[in-house]
Amino acid sequence: MCLGIPGRIVRIDDVDRKLATVDVAGVKRQINIACIVNEAHPVEHCVGAWVLVHVGFAMARIDEREAALTLQILQELGEAQAELEAIASSPGSSP
Amino acid sequence: MKYVDEFRDRDKAAALATEIEKLACSIEGGSTPIHIMEVCGGHTHSIFRYGVEELLPARIELIHGPGCPVCVLPMGRVDDCVAIAEQPNVIFTTFGDAMRVPGSRKSLMQARAEGADVRMVYSPMDALALARAHPDREVVFFGLGFETTMPATALTILQADREAIDNFTVFCNHITIIPTIKAILDSPDVRIDAFLGPGHVSMVIGSAPYDFIARHYRRPLVIAGFEPLDVLQSIWMVLKQIKEGRCEIENQYARVAAAGGNVAALQAIARVYELRPFFEWRGLGSIDHSGVRLRPEYARFDAERRYAIPNARIADPKACQCGEVLKGVLKPWQCKVFGTSCTPQTPAGALMVSSEGACAAYYQYSSAKQRTGARG
Ligand code: SF4
Repeated sequence: MCLGIPGRIVRIDDVDRKLATVDVAGVKRQINIACIVNEAHPVEHCVGAWVLVHVGFAMARIDEREAALTLQILQELGEAQAELEAIASSPGSSP
Repeated sequence: MKYVDEFRDRDKAAALATEIEKLACSIEGGSTPIHIMEVCGGHTHSIFRYGVEELLPARIELIHGPGCPVCVLPMGRVDDCVAIAEQPNVIFTTFGDAMRVPGSRKSLMQARAEGADVRMVYSPMDALALARAHPDREVVFFGLGFETTMPATALTILQADREAIDNFTVFCNHITIIPTIKAILDSPDVRIDAFLGPGHVSMVIGSAPYDFIARHYRRPLVIAGFEPLDVLQSIWMVLKQIKEGRCEIENQYARVAAAGGNVAALQAIARVYELRPFFEWRGLGSIDHSGVRLRPEYARFDAERRYAIPNARIADPKACQCGEVLKGVLKPWQCKVFGTSCTPQTPAGALMVSSEGACAAYYQYSSAKQRTGARG
């Protein structure tokens, strides 16, 4: 719940509601990106961005290298699997 | 230094450990222990998983702090959840972490087995989706966590408000880290020389809220990332401050946690929540202003106003020593029931439930070590 997991924004689903689809280690789900958009980063420009996803919300932008390292450490810690299962089993996910 | 093999960058870890040792030796006070509290459960997990303590000189003692939201949930609050979940027509939704926390009568898991409609969700948005999908049912979301998850619940409530969804409420148990650190610093039986600050809480709140720790309490704090190397480097930064007689708030995790925090998240928090006068913590008792509730403007989303909630204060079972472990007075394995009547399969205390809890992390790490010989 507190560690979060990195994902890459692959599609904007709803500009007004700030909803986007992320790919988290191959699992896709819809998340809310309200916390990482601002004037410098409008919703439309978020595709491709790497973000740290906490309970379905993007909470920070991270760079690609950081994302890869974080994912690896979560895998080593045994946290990634639980998080991915939670994401995959939730109604907001899609294959 | 037998565990150093496991670090991604073994040389760096070994070099840091050597530097830490040198610094620790050079700090005045001879062999008096230096107590460093890691506030966050994510750090606790990393520390146990990688045997970080084995790399540290004996003089440095890590105290595993209260930063695991599931671990500080008092039994009475679990009873409240069960009471709501057992109301007719309710779908009670929660993060998976909270399912197995024991209440005085039962856990949410047991309530579900007995027929209550309790569902695990990954996100509060999933709870809102359930409310949309089941307009004839009442969906309650158990809002849990520090500032890391607080904005998620707030933004979900704002979304429910925009859509005028009237069968969705939140049982708000979000807690806030700053008053808690202050309470720990004010508590007479705790000795802490410095802190590792929680990386992801800091990503939301920024570094300014910690300033009082350096200025008023004269303790260094380093906001730390979650990799074992991050933890080691942060410990080194803390020691350097101690050695040089500085008390500052430093940020080792600047690559994720910006100094100013996350403005949008802070705005959502400010809009939706207000501080409670006090909030009850497992093991730490009641701490002033340490919890938040929904502002009156969002009362229709507040489960506390919609349901009769027992709100009873239930003392932990006598044998449980979670409070002492949380405050760093006891190590997990020194608890009387550790590994006997309290295991991850049959947890007596919440510190054994979550993988971020010190007892579960220690149990898992030490048993894995025994299973495989040396590697944890
Ligand atoms: S062993 Fe169990 S009862 Fe004892 S402190 Fe840990 S979680 Fe609490």
